Amino acid sequence: MGIRFILMVNKQGQTRLAQYYEWLTLEERRALEGEIVRKCLARNEQQCSFVEQRNYKIVYRRYASLFFLVGVDNDENELAILEFIHLLVETMDRHFGNVCELDIMFHLEKAHFMLEEMVMNGCIVETSKANILTPVQLLEKT
Amino acid sequence: MGSQGGFYQSKEFLDLVKSIGEARSKAEEDRIVLNEIETLKRRISEPDIPKRKMKEYIIRLVYIEMLGHDASFGYIHAVKMTHDDSLLVKRTGYLAVTLFLNEDHDLIILIVNTIQKDLKSDNYLVVCAALNAVCKLINEETIPAVLPQVMELLAHPKEAVRKKAIMALHRFYQKSPSSVSHLVSNFRKRLCDNDPGVMGATLCPLFELIARDVNSYKDLVISFVSILKQVAERRLSKAYDYHQMPAPFIQIKLLKILALLGSGDKQASENMYTVVGDIFRKCDSSSNIGNAVLYECICCVSSIYPNPKLLESAADVISRFLKSDSHNLKYMGIDALGRLIKISPEIAEQHQLAVIDCLEDPDDTLKRKTFELLYKMTKSTNVEVIVDRMIDYMISINDNHYKTEIASRCVELAEQFAPSNQWFIQTMNRVFEHAGDLVNIKVAHNLMRLIAEGFGEDDDNADTKLRSSAVESYLRILGEPKLPSVFLQVICWVLGEYGTADGMFSASDITGKLCDVAEAYSNDETVKAYATTALMKIYAFEIAARRKVDMLPECQSLMEELLASHSTDLQQRAYELQAVIGLDAHAVACIMPSDASCEDIEVDRDLSFLNDYIQEAIEKGAQPYIPESERSGMLNISNFRNQDHHEASSHGLRFEAYELPKPAVQSRIPQTLIASTEIVPVPEPMYPRESYQTTMPSIPSDAGSAELKLRLEGVQKKWGRSTYTPATSTSNSTSQKTVNGTSQGDGASTVSSMRETYDSRKPQVEVSHEKQKLAASLFGGSSKTEKSPATGHKAAKASSHVVEKSHVPKSSLEVASEKATPAQQPPDLLDLGEPTATSTALQLDPFKQLEGLLDATEVASAVNGAPAASRSPDIMALYADTAAGIHNKNDADLLSGLSNPSVTNMPGTTAMPQVTQSSSKGPNPKDSLEKDALVRQMGVNPSSQNPNLFKDLLG
Repeated sequence: MGIRFILMVNKQGQTRLAQYYEWLTLEERRALEGEIVRKCLARNEQQCSFVEQRNYKIVYRRYASLFFLVGVDNDENELAILEFIHLLVETMDRHFGNVCELDIMFHLEKAHFMLEEMVMNGCIVETSKANILTPVQLLEKT
Repeated sequence: MGSQGGFYQSKEFLDLVKSIGEARSKAEEDRIVLNEIETLKRRISEPDIPKRKMKEYIIRLVYIEMLGHDASFGYIHAVKMTHDDSLLVKRTGYLAVTLFLNEDHDLIILIVNTIQKDLKSDNYLVVCAALNAVCKLINEETIPAVLPQVMELLAHPKEAVRKKAIMALHRFYQKSPSSVSHLVSNFRKRLCDNDPGVMGATLCPLFELIARDVNSYKDLVISFVSILKQVAERRLSKAYDYHQMPAPFIQIKLLKILALLGSGDKQASENMYTVVGDIFRKCDSSSNIGNAVLYECICCVSSIYPNPKLLESAADVISRFLKSDSHNLKYMGIDALGRLIKISPEIAEQHQLAVIDCLEDPDDTLKRKTFELLYKMTKSTNVEVIVDRMIDYMISINDNHYKTEIASRCVELAEQFAPSNQWFIQTMNRVFEHAGDLVNIKVAHNLMRLIAEGFGEDDDNADTKLRSSAVESYLRILGEPKLPSVFLQVICWVLGEYGTADGMFSASDITGKLCDVAEAYSNDETVKAYATTALMKIYAFEIAARRKVDMLPECQSLMEELLASHSTDLQQRAYELQAVIGLDAHAVACIMPSDASCEDIEVDRDLSFLNDYIQEAIEKGAQPYIPESERSGMLNISNFRNQDHHEASSHGLRFEAYELPKPAVQSRIPQTLIASTEIVPVPEPMYPRESYQTTMPSIPSDAGSAELKLRLEGVQKKWGRSTYTPATSTSNSTSQKTVNGTSQGDGASTVSSMRETYDSRKPQVEVSHEKQKLAASLFGGSSKTEKSPATGHKAAKASSHVVEKSHVPKSSLEVASEKATPAQQPPDLLDLGEPTATSTALQLDPFKQLEGLLDATEVASAVNGAPAASRSPDIMALYADTAAGIHNKNDADLLSGLSNPSVTNMPGTTAMPQVTQSSSKGPNPKDSLEKDALVRQMGVNPSSQNPNLFKDLLG
């Protein structure tokens, strides 16, 4: 499976985007987000960007006020996921131009569309920024 | 293409987002969302809502669910939106539906039709949107409805469609492998797709297929190798480059696949050596992504058939990782070391101090990873240090899940490598004391059994000593305030069996303690039951030894309490105790023989002693006994007999619960019918009995006893030092032999020479004595446990542990020092920080640098007199970001290239591509000013509570 979920959470712990690749109920999501956000936000910047949870790992990265958290299976390459997050941010940056938290909030669906291009069934399927953005930009023109 | 193009949202939506963005607490956010739910409930069901408006409503629903509230009242509207003609509206509808519904939701049936229609669309974007939904919403039952269309789309002219179709098929395979088992060959075909994107995506399903059945895909090794070669040689389109690495994510996936295919297959592995070696050489080790690929190479190398040259490269990379200042790289290094150590155990030695640093690091993630490594490299020589450390750590953490895991690892290692019985008991005591409620109950039973049986050595004296020391330590531990129930059970049992055995403690000492336990843990019936039985044993042994029994007053009051207990079990035990005390010495010795817990209990199955009685009864006209085989209406008693049998033969104690009584449903059925159940069609109520009858005999006698017995033997075998078989692979057997042949120094010289090797390597660094000692004890004999000669049980026993300890092969140290010198040659990762080395506190961590840079901006903007003063000072200090940054985009953008982690890792000149990329975003200052103006116009103002909303993510 690989990726189990992708979360964007600001430093107050408020969810800005959530995409799950396995079904969780609303309550489960809320509990999970609460738990891992508490864990990750408490860590300082010298510490690893990885946190081990029960049977999965969280790879996270902070950009300005926004945390990107990716839950992955235990056999996933953490460094690669860390760079995947960066690729996602670079892609959003190319689209929005100096992307900030508000861009994601105002264009939640677009951020989701980009993710839909990049990740399917919990696997990274596309890493070319042009291929990711083309469908999103075509949508805008309609 | 800035975000301003998308601002056709209503004021209402912008206000919602704004207020959510500015919410200071979860409670405030909840209030806003609950309000929004009320509004939407009213609005969304109004007639004739324009499309754009509806799309906005749906996104507001997404917000509601994302923030943890139920939006199910609006699901149906999201479903309706998928029917829309407008592509944007349709895709938003599909997105919302995939976020809201799981595949078993009732509404899915309404969408399947739409999906079918959209899969046939001429517009490839519509097809893609539908395929996204297929991946999320189609379940096993609906697969056939879309499968034919998805199959057709595999040959679609648009690569984006082919890619998504492959992933849809992948999804079907995940959901129900049998439904697409005849179609898996399509994955192979798509591997040869002209488009690298489709090929890359196909690797995901292939990886899963290969993981399940390696042998069917061996023929693809050559293809995968040649693809990887092409990728590494930059033959793919530049669009897939990431930070100057050619398609790194595809490389990683391919390396994962090769690791599977080459595992234990020399021939397949040989095909891979060249390409993996090339990647080792080519990889840019100064960027995160380069290191990610290198790490994957190490995983691959440690999985495939070993190759000395590749192992050397892997070891070099690992030492670079471990020497790095970045915790992320250290973490990867420790993980990689754990993989490689299985193949070449000697490489651990050169990294001993790095490993100890990680072990003592305050970062919990790193610490745990290091414990995992230590667990993998535990041997009889270092088990004491490692388990000791593990237990200390276990005590210090609160996470029950991890505590359980580490406790069971401690137990496992202790059982496997314990140097002495004393140590074992002490270790188990500590584990039970601090994590007793978390460990498996079987561990407790094992411990009791070990104490009862001794440790497989025929030395009664040693066993007695062991028991005495256990009793002594338990009496001491009982002073502790709160002990876990499982541990108390063990203590009670051992005190009952062996408390008075060596004469050190009197019966009143022990019974007093047992009564204290029963009183202190009066809520725990199991502990009380154990304590009562232990009391009975102590008294019984006293009586049997013909000593006078004085029941302590507290014991008497305890008995009175238990005789009136609500628990029938406790009551029975109390009555039994009372009865035993009243018997004479001979009878007591028969029913409660001392130290007989390991004896088999012989059961007279024919109950022959009752024969006279039966004869008498029959003569008086009683009904004769009908064997159960002739009474099919009854439960099959022979099954229970089987069960008895296996229990008696495997061990004397029975710990598991009794079978639940089976309802005798059939007893009401007339005899005649029952007698011929095998032929006559079985009436409905017979089923439970039938299955019961057939399964019962096999389960307890095979599975059950096998399990119990296995444990028993396993423990004993593990225990004996000599039977330990080292987990070595074929590769190190040669080095082992040479080690065996060389001269051996004593333990003291190990430590000092170890220090020497280290010192000669890095004379300028001073390492604390304590650390060196720890290193020596952890790694001191890392290559020597394998040497224990396989000369049978007796011989091994003769060579005592002390002797074993002193066998330190010098040659292995020499090897270590030899290895250590070249390891210094590759450039230290520390160089990475140098390009921007303005401050001493430079870290590889990109965040740090980002913050540092932003600090600079802030200062600059403050000098310029930009309006940054609206925030409270503590926020300023905590988050070095700036609202003024928006006005000073100029500075920020110039710096944004630098803040990119990849670029900071390289010499300044290589930053060019990044700069060009950011310039391609368009005139940045203008762009951001426009955005800012627009945002202000919409009423969202950076001077309000949460200015962070405006900060660029990339700098």
